[in-house]
Amino acid sequence: MSAPLARVRPAPTSAPHPAARELAARADAAGARPAAAGHRGARAPDWVLAALGTCAGLAAFVGLWALVARQGGGLPGPAAVWDAAAVLFADPFYSKGPNDQGIGWNVLASLRRVAIGFGLAAALGIPLGFLIGRFRFLSHMAAPIIALLKPVSPLAWLPIGLLVFKAANPAAVWVIFVCSLWPMIVNTAAGVRQVPQDYLNVARVLALPEWKVFTAILLPAVLPHVITGVRLSIGVAWLVIVAAEMLTGGVGIGFWVWDEWNNLKVEHILIAILTIGAVGLALEQVLVLLARRFRYA
Amino acid sequence: MDRYLRIENVGMTFQTAAGPFVAIERVDLAVRKGEFVSLIGHSGCGKSTLLNLIAGLLRPSTGVLLLAEREIAGPGPDRGVVFQNHSLLPWLTCYGNVYLAVERVFGAKEPRKTLQERTRAALALVGLAHAEQRYPHELSGGMKQRVGIARALAIEPRVLLLDEPFGALDALTRATLQDELMRIVAQTATTVVMVTHDVDEAVLLSDRVVMMTNGPAARVGGIIEVDLPRPRDRVALAGRRRYMELRATVMEFLYRRQLRPAA
Repeated sequence: MSAPLARVRPAPTSAPHPAARELAARADAAGARPAAAGHRGARAPDWVLAALGTCAGLAAFVGLWALVARQGGGLPGPAAVWDAAAVLFADPFYSKGPNDQGIGWNVLASLRRVAIGFGLAAALGIPLGFLIGRFRFLSHMAAPIIALLKPVSPLAWLPIGLLVFKAANPAAVWVIFVCSLWPMIVNTAAGVRQVPQDYLNVARVLALPEWKVFTAILLPAVLPHVITGVRLSIGVAWLVIVAAEMLTGGVGIGFWVWDEWNNLKVEHILIAILTIGAVGLALEQVLVLLARRFRYA
Repeated sequence: MDRYLRIENVGMTFQTAAGPFVAIERVDLAVRKGEFVSLIGHSGCGKSTLLNLIAGLLRPSTGVLLLAEREIAGPGPDRGVVFQNHSLLPWLTCYGNVYLAVERVFGAKEPRKTLQERTRAALALVGLAHAEQRYPHELSGGMKQRVGIARALAIEPRVLLLDEPFGALDALTRATLQDELMRIVAQTATTVVMVTHDVDEAVLLSDRVVMMTNGPAARVGGIIEVDLPRPRDRVALAGRRRYMELRATVMEFLYRRQLRPAA
């Protein structure tokens, strides 16, 4: 009774399935291919479009700038700035005393302050973020303080820095430290809280020792969040250093902008703006690449 | 070794916002060494709760669980767990995922070379020797679950716990992995407790099927012995009267006696 049934049953249920699927897949591919080819034929590749867009945008920007500059008011046009830049970047690393150094030295001095301030913030903020993320009580302790201090402009901390350190340079570093600290803590803590329970269950069923849980599971799971924190911190730090240096003086791109304003060299101010933008862009890109390296899946 | 894993008068009550929730109540079960037991029931019947109790991820509200005469007081590597969603660490290769477990269990007493051999052997057992340097996101769902099984078996657990291991896979892959699992369990003589809601899977793989009543306060509603000879072949079994009877018994329990009022 059951034998013929059994012989009939497996045939329609199991055999035609793969075949039917393959047919369907082939039909899909056949249907999709001409459509895709049609798109490719009609439109330029994406990267050409992107490059064209970038060039058009830059051209429009420079054109608008030239137009505004021609109206007068002392704003130098693109050509004047280009000439000034050619002179400036011909020798970016000259040094004629503490108040007259090449633009390269100024940028490096600013980057150095950012690196020190940010480095200290990371050294304190990342471990603190781990603790706050892991222990609920610490999180309750830290939450109101962070909520209160995070919206404060980092420049408001400058007088405190001057008071404590009695010098301009450490005060500027202190401002960078303060503004980098919050994104590091907040993102690291959020990352620790978001470690999937599945990963922690793996640790639990294996009864991994605490240090192994940290190195093998928590650290790699949180790393992408830490890098996000680093990216935000560096972005803010690079914004803030210009303003801080305007106030503190010394060598640095921010002070250089102010100095050139006092010298009424407006071309140099525009060059500084573009340079600050380019350095900020480069920092961002390096960190985006780093983030990509640590994105699993 | 007739009562290798003992679950005695176990109950589990969760404290929820809406008050205490009794998930399972007065569950008694004994599993023999080398036995394959399935827990089957509708979703929400507490079968996963029971598995988590055996894993030690939960502590019972009442009763006691014993494995090899020792009380289960928490999670530990004498039990290998395969999770439904594979739970592989995405920053480690297949090899790295298995090695993490192997190192934890044998790292203190064996040289690195032996640990590497154990890891390779576990991956070979599930047919993934060629993929040891691949990352989880480069694998299909079935392959990920194989790595999960390799990781659980590599630590030579007293009991292998499977929580709906093939639930997220398509039917053809599921069938392949069920056959693989039968081969591996026969080869390693592992004691297995598996949670499933698939009647065919339960009858095909198990020595006994434990049917659970609907929650809350779920209990063991019945146990059937699957007296089909091994090795079992799914195609040959499909036509056998005894297989159909066993299948019908489980179906009868699930869909007549324990039909969920609102599924």
